[in-house]
Amino acid sequence: MPKLGTIEQVKRFQEKCKTALDKFPLVVSLCHGTACCAIGAKELAAAFEEALNGEKSVKFIKSGCHGFCEVGPLVVVRPLDVVYQRVKPSDVPEIVERSLKKGEVIDRLLYRPRGNGKVYAKEEEIPFYAKQSKVVLALNSRIDPYSIDDYMAYGGYGALAKALLEMTPDEVLQEIVDARLRGRGGGGFDAGRKWKGCRSAPGERRHIICNADEGDPGAFMDESILEGNPHSVIEGMVIGAWAIGGTDGFIYVRNEYPRALRAFSNALKQAREYGFLGENILSSGMDFDIKVSRGGGAFVCGESSALFRSLEGDVGEPRAKYIHSVERGYHDEPTNLNNVETWANVPHIINRGAKWFRSLGTEDSPGTKVFSLVGKVENTGLIEVPMGITLKEVIFEIGGGIKEGRDFKAVQTGGPSGGMLSQSQLDLPVDFDVLTEAGSMMGSGGMIVMDEGTCVVDVAKYFTDFLIEESCGKCLPCREGLMHMSRILHRITEGQGEPKDMESLKRLGDAVAVASLCGLGTSAPNPVLSSIKYFEDEYLAHINERRCPGRVCRALISYHIDPDTCTGCGTCEKVCPVEAIQPVAGEEREEGLLRIIDLAVCDKCDACREVCPEEAILVESPAIALEHYRENVTEKR
Amino acid sequence: MLAVQEKFNWLPPQALDYISRRLNVRKPRIYHIATFYKVFSLEPRGKHILQLCMGTACHVRGAKLIADELSRRHGIHFGETTDDGLFTLERVNCLGACAIGPILVVDGDYKGNMTTNRANAVIKRLKREATEEDAANA
Ligand SMILES: Cc1cc2nc3c(=O)[nH]c(=O)nc-3n(C[C@H](O)[C@H](O)[C@H](O)COP(=O)(O)O)c2cc1C
Ligand code: FES
Repeated sequence: MPKLGTIEQVKRFQEKCKTALDKFPLVVSLCHGTACCAIGAKELAAAFEEALNGEKSVKFIKSGCHGFCEVGPLVVVRPLDVVYQRVKPSDVPEIVERSLKKGEVIDRLLYRPRGNGKVYAKEEEIPFYAKQSKVVLALNSRIDPYSIDDYMAYGGYGALAKALLEMTPDEVLQEIVDARLRGRGGGGFDAGRKWKGCRSAPGERRHIICNADEGDPGAFMDESILEGNPHSVIEGMVIGAWAIGGTDGFIYVRNEYPRALRAFSNALKQAREYGFLGENILSSGMDFDIKVSRGGGAFVCGESSALFRSLEGDVGEPRAKYIHSVERGYHDEPTNLNNVETWANVPHIINRGAKWFRSLGTEDSPGTKVFSLVGKVENTGLIEVPMGITLKEVIFEIGGGIKEGRDFKAVQTGGPSGGMLSQSQLDLPVDFDVLTEAGSMMGSGGMIVMDEGTCVVDVAKYFTDFLIEESCGKCLPCREGLMHMSRILHRITEGQGEPKDMESLKRLGDAVAVASLCGLGTSAPNPVLSSIKYFEDEYLAHINERRCPGRVCRALISYHIDPDTCTGCGTCEKVCPVEAIQPVAGEEREEGLLRIIDLAVCDKCDACREVCPEEAILVESPAIALEHYRENVTEKR
Repeated sequence: MLAVQEKFNWLPPQALDYISRRLNVRKPRIYHIATFYKVFSLEPRGKHILQLCMGTACHVRGAKLIADELSRRHGIHFGETTDDGLFTLERVNCLGACAIGPILVVDGDYKGNMTTNRANAVIKRLKREATEEDAANA
């Protein structure tokens, strides 16, 4: 590998990579992301490798996440440009024979959304993709994350060459400032301002850090970027180092992401070989390298000051906010910390300019945002949308609405620090400031959709308990305040709530928000406060009527068999682990005797409802009292 | 410490002594770190490592039902190893595969769309295998 030192050389090398890539007339891109691998992509990869048997004309890519996890494993065949979904190893020979060799489309493997009877072949046509605009994720399905040449074939490291060889650090900085790039890690802090602050902070050394701790439970954006396109993050960080005057770099990766770690470490190695990291990068005179540090599974370590402590090898406890990390961060030296997605945006801004970036999204929140759209939504997956798109568009057009045609109840953005929004907020645009105003926040990109079968009090309790677990325990408001809130929430969901609990929750929440030390505490009451704000009636139903509208809270529900739908097949009786289900003598149905659940024995494990082929198992709330049930049963018998 | 944890699946006291001596760091600090981060375990772990995703997406899809099932029915509780040394249950937050939640990872193998019934079946199978093995060894 020759050392690249001029723009020309980089360009020529990119051309070379492109020619090498173009040599393959056919491309098979198999999504090898975490979700697809969990449902069989690994076996598929083996099947493809066997079927292709070293075939020279086909480039087989094990790519990062394509996004449409719902119907995985996904396979894209180019130049036919068709998307095959739910592919099984047994389909592989047919794909090779028909689609690759003859260029035919295999109808059976195309995407068919539930309900409307349509068939989609191409990526652009599938509604899930049609409304997205991919910048950061654009290359995910096109490149092999383990190949730097693939990345360069699509212009990779061109922005780095441009920045280091044609622009001064000030110009790069100005470009980022003009682009109004805001931090994608949660707070939405202006990245340009942060960079400027760090650059002008006094000190010998400046640290450039990438936050890949992704602590939000239920979100996997950063993982997918690191796994699918690790070089874009490296490129962004080196450009950042150029603009800021960074001397060394770190990436702090969550321990739960061994796959992302592997992809990124490999990318670092390649970048070093190509001279994009190390000494005298591209003969610009800058030395810079990135070290990998693994987290230990602690949400609070995503917070900047805690992250620095953890990097130093200590316990990840945050410190008071008045100390600015740009001046005194890692080892008390100037430090610039940005999120994975923030860094991944940088090369695009340098390549295409601030003006282009501002043309996407809204005035105050330009660009795109990656979300992991999960929960009770029809199309679960990883999406990238322009800022300013409404929640409704995201959930109903991209997400395809609620699973099984049920009714929408709430959407939680911002993870444990964010809030729940209701039906009436669906027209809100996705924008840092608008969401904060509504009592939620953008967060790092988790978007959890809840339907009528979700209990908001239960979810608020879930987040509060999560945060208690994760609170470092250093400051009192967060440690004790959350504990009390949780106690009240538990009481409410157990049917022991009292009317005054609402007031207590609100007061405690406000106190924790004001008095806590770090961002974890100050945002911790958000799920509770926002759900009280928009779903007060659900709380009141729990407290006053002992009723759980989502039919989730175990103390407030009971299971029954609908005598009119039960066919007497007895499947439920077989799976019941506590033998609470018995036949009713004399009640003949199509397939046997009607069954009944003995409420005194049933411990509400849900096993019967899962298996009932007739959906005859009903969940009632408020729970039907035991005495009442006894009367009924004896009467029937 | 991460390396030790990975090798032995837990942090034996001897190893912590050694780390303390070698790095010249006092033991209370070592323990502070070992108890702060979730990846570290101060007890030996079971033969089968179960990890249940309690991320938000899995939670709204019913992960709690499975957690309850494991603890009520099988005496397997979060963060604990069963007395017979067969199972250790860990709680993890989002494995990046929310589309197929709830997820139970059994010895590194992702099992998606988990239900109470399927969880029961998995546990029963592993228990049966263990008894058979014991019988074969006896
Ligand atoms: C409790 C807490 C958890 C956080 N977790 C993360 C995280 O997982 N990933 C992340 O990028 N930022 C996280 N942040 C935000 C970081 O502190 C920091 O603002 C961010 O990494 C800065 O990068 P950005 O400006 O590019 O967003 C967290 C903040 C708090 C208070
Ligand atoms: S929440 Fe369980 S995999 Fe994401």
